[in-house]
Amino acid sequence: MLRVSSVSRNFGERRVLDQVTFEVAPGRLTGFVGANGAGKTTTMRIILGVIAPHSGTVTWRGAPVTQEVRQRFGYMPEERGLYPKLTVADQVTYLGRLHGLDRATAQQRTADLLERLQLEQRAGDPVERLSMGNQQRVQVAAALVHDPELLILDEPFSGLDPIAIDTVLAVLRERARSGVPVLFSSHQLEVVERLCDDLVIIADGTIRAAGRRQDLQARFGPQRFELVVDDDAGWVRDLPGVKLVELDGPRVVFDLTDGTGASTAEQAVLREAVRRGPVRGFSPVVPSLAEIFKEVV
Amino acid sequence: MVDAPTRPAAATPATGTTFWAATRLVAENEIRSIARTKGFWITLSLMLAGLFALAILPGVFGGGTPTVATVGADAERLVAEAGLDPRPVADQAEAEALVRAEEVDAAVVPDPSGESAVGLRVVGLSDTPSELVSGLSITPPVDLLEPFPVSDAVQAVVAITFALVFLMLAMAGIGIAQSVVTEKQTRIVEILVATIPIRALLAGKIAGHSIMIFIQAGALALATPLALRLGRQPALLDLIGDALAWFVPFFILGFVLLGAMWAVAGSLVSRQEDLSSSMSVVMLLVMGPYFAVIFLSDNDLAMTILSYVPFSAAVAMPLRLFAGQAQAWEPFVSMLVLALATVATVLVASRLYAGSLLQTGGRVRLSRAWSGAE
Repeated sequence: MLRVSSVSRNFGERRVLDQVTFEVAPGRLTGFVGANGAGKTTTMRIILGVIAPHSGTVTWRGAPVTQEVRQRFGYMPEERGLYPKLTVADQVTYLGRLHGLDRATAQQRTADLLERLQLEQRAGDPVERLSMGNQQRVQVAAALVHDPELLILDEPFSGLDPIAIDTVLAVLRERARSGVPVLFSSHQLEVVERLCDDLVIIADGTIRAAGRRQDLQARFGPQRFELVVDDDAGWVRDLPGVKLVELDGPRVVFDLTDGTGASTAEQAVLREAVRRGPVRGFSPVVPSLAEIFKEVV
Repeated sequence: MVDAPTRPAAATPATGTTFWAATRLVAENEIRSIARTKGFWITLSLMLAGLFALAILPGVFGGGTPTVATVGADAERLVAEAGLDPRPVADQAEAEALVRAEEVDAAVVPDPSGESAVGLRVVGLSDTPSELVSGLSITPPVDLLEPFPVSDAVQAVVAITFALVFLMLAMAGIGIAQSVVTEKQTRIVEILVATIPIRALLAGKIAGHSIMIFIQAGALALATPLALRLGRQPALLDLIGDALAWFVPFFILGFVLLGAMWAVAGSLVSRQEDLSSSMSVVMLLVMGPYFAVIFLSDNDLAMTILSYVPFSAAVAMPLRLFAGQAQAWEPFVSMLVLALATVATVLVASRLYAGSLLQTGGRVRLSRAWSGAE
C-alpha cells in the first residue's frame, strides 16, 4: 500500500499541492484524474523523490520511501525520456541494471518485455528511429523492466493509438493482478473510466474525491433511471419524487428528487409502468466519470 | 489483446543498487557511448599521427649537408674542411647563378676588395647561411656549466606539444557537458534521478569520460618514447621521460577538476543550443594554460606561478621539470594543491549539479542551483 499523507508543496509563492492525501491499494489500477495543472505530475514526482514535499509524508508498506525503496518502483514520467542514440534493447537493459538487476536478468527481462509489447523486431534499432507510439512502448518497458513493486505512470496512454492502448493496458492489468499497486494519471476521462478500479480526483492541488470507482459513481451521480415502455411514457412526470430528465416517446430518463438515496420513488414508477402495460427496460443510469468530475471539481 | 494470468520472468526481484554500483553502471554506459563515436577514434589517431610526424619528419626533411659553390682552390679546401659539400665552379657569376637557381645553398668566392680578413666572401640567397659561416669561422672554446643537450627550438616544440595535447584532451571534457544536456533535454534525467543517487550519476559521468581520456593520454605517453626512438632523438627521450611521467598524474587530476566543471556547465542549461553560453568559463580555463605556456614559457616567474595554479599545473610543472627549472620537491607540492582543488571543486560541483539538474527552461543561475539542492 502506498500512502500519501498531507503532502503540500509550493513553487515560489504558489501552492501547487495542499494537504494531498490518498492511498494506492495493491492489485488495483488507480486512476489519478485532474485538469492540466491540477497537481498530478507534481504529486507523482514527490512520490518518486524527484522533488521533495514541503510538508507531509509518503510511505510504502508503512515505512518512509527512501532511495533504496524507490529503486523498486517503476516510473514513467510525463515528459518522456530515452537516450536517442541507444538501441531499444540496450536502453531497457541499462535502466534495468540501474534498478539493480544483474546483466543476464536485465537482458532476459528486456527480451520478454519487448516481446510482450510487440517491439522485438525493433530491439536493435536506436530509439530515435522509432515512431512516437513505439517510443512510448519502449518507455513502458523501461518502467517495467525491473519488475517494480509499485508502478507510477504519468499519462501512460497519451500519444498511443487504440491498439497500443490495449497492449499497454494488458501489461498493466497483468501487473496489477499480481498484486502491484498501479497509479496512473490521465486527463482523458473516458480512458480512465474504462480502465481503473479506484479513482483519485485532484483539482487546484487538493484531493476532491478518492475511492472505488463504483462507490464514487454511486455517491456523486444523481439517482438516475431509464425506463422503456411500449407507449408514450410522459405520465412519469406526474409521479411524486421524480424529476424528468429526458423524454423520447416510450423511453424516459428521470432523477429521484430526494438525493439521499433513501427514496424508493423508482419502485413506484416501475409498479405504475407494469400496471399500464409491458415494460421493455428499466435500469439505473451510472453517471460517467466526466459527470462526477464536473460535480466534484 | 494479450493477457496472461502470471507475470513473466518475475522470479528474481531487483536487489537494489548501491552508490558505487550505480556509479560504475553510469560510467560503463558513458564509456560505451564514447567508444561508439567516431570522433574519439579520429582524435586519438590524429594525435598519434601528429606525434610521430613531429618526432620523425625533421630528421627526414631537415637534414642533409649543405652544398656550397666554390670559386678557387682555397674556397674549395675550406668548405670541405668545414664538413660541407663543395661544388667548384669557374667564376663568381656562375656561383651566383647556382645560388639564385637554388641548386646550391650558398657560395664561397674570392674577395678581391680586401675587406675580408681571409680573402673570401660568402654569398647567400635571402638570409645568412649560418651553418656555412660558423663552419668557416674560428670561435673560442665554450664551456657550459649546465649543458643542455637539446636546443631552444626543440624546447619550444616540446612546450607547444605539451600544451596542445593538454588542450585537445581537456576539450574532450565537452563530452561530459553534452552528455548531461542530452539527459536533461530528453528528460530521461527524471527516470535516472528517481532511480539512483544524483551524485552517483555525476560521479559515473566524470569517471567514464575520465577513463576514456586517460586511455588517450596513456596511449600518447606510451607512444612518445617509441616515436622519439624512431626519430633518432634519444637525448630528448632521456630528458622528456621525467616530464612525461609527471604529466600523466597531473593531467588525470586536472581533468577530473575540469570534468566536474564541464558537468555543471551542462546542468545549467536545458538544450544543446544553449550549451555554448554556459561553457565559456570552463573553455577559458582550458585554453588559458595553452596560451599562457606558449606566450610565457620564457618568463621564469610566470611559469613558476602557472605550475602551482591548478588549471595550468598539468602543463607548466612538467615543462619546468623538462627545462630543469623546478626543484625535486616542487611537483609534489603542486600536485597536493591540485588534489585539494579537485576535491573542493567536485564537492561544490556536485551540489550545483544536483540543484540545477531538474530545473528546465532557461539557463539556471548559479545561486539558484546552489540553493536548489536543498
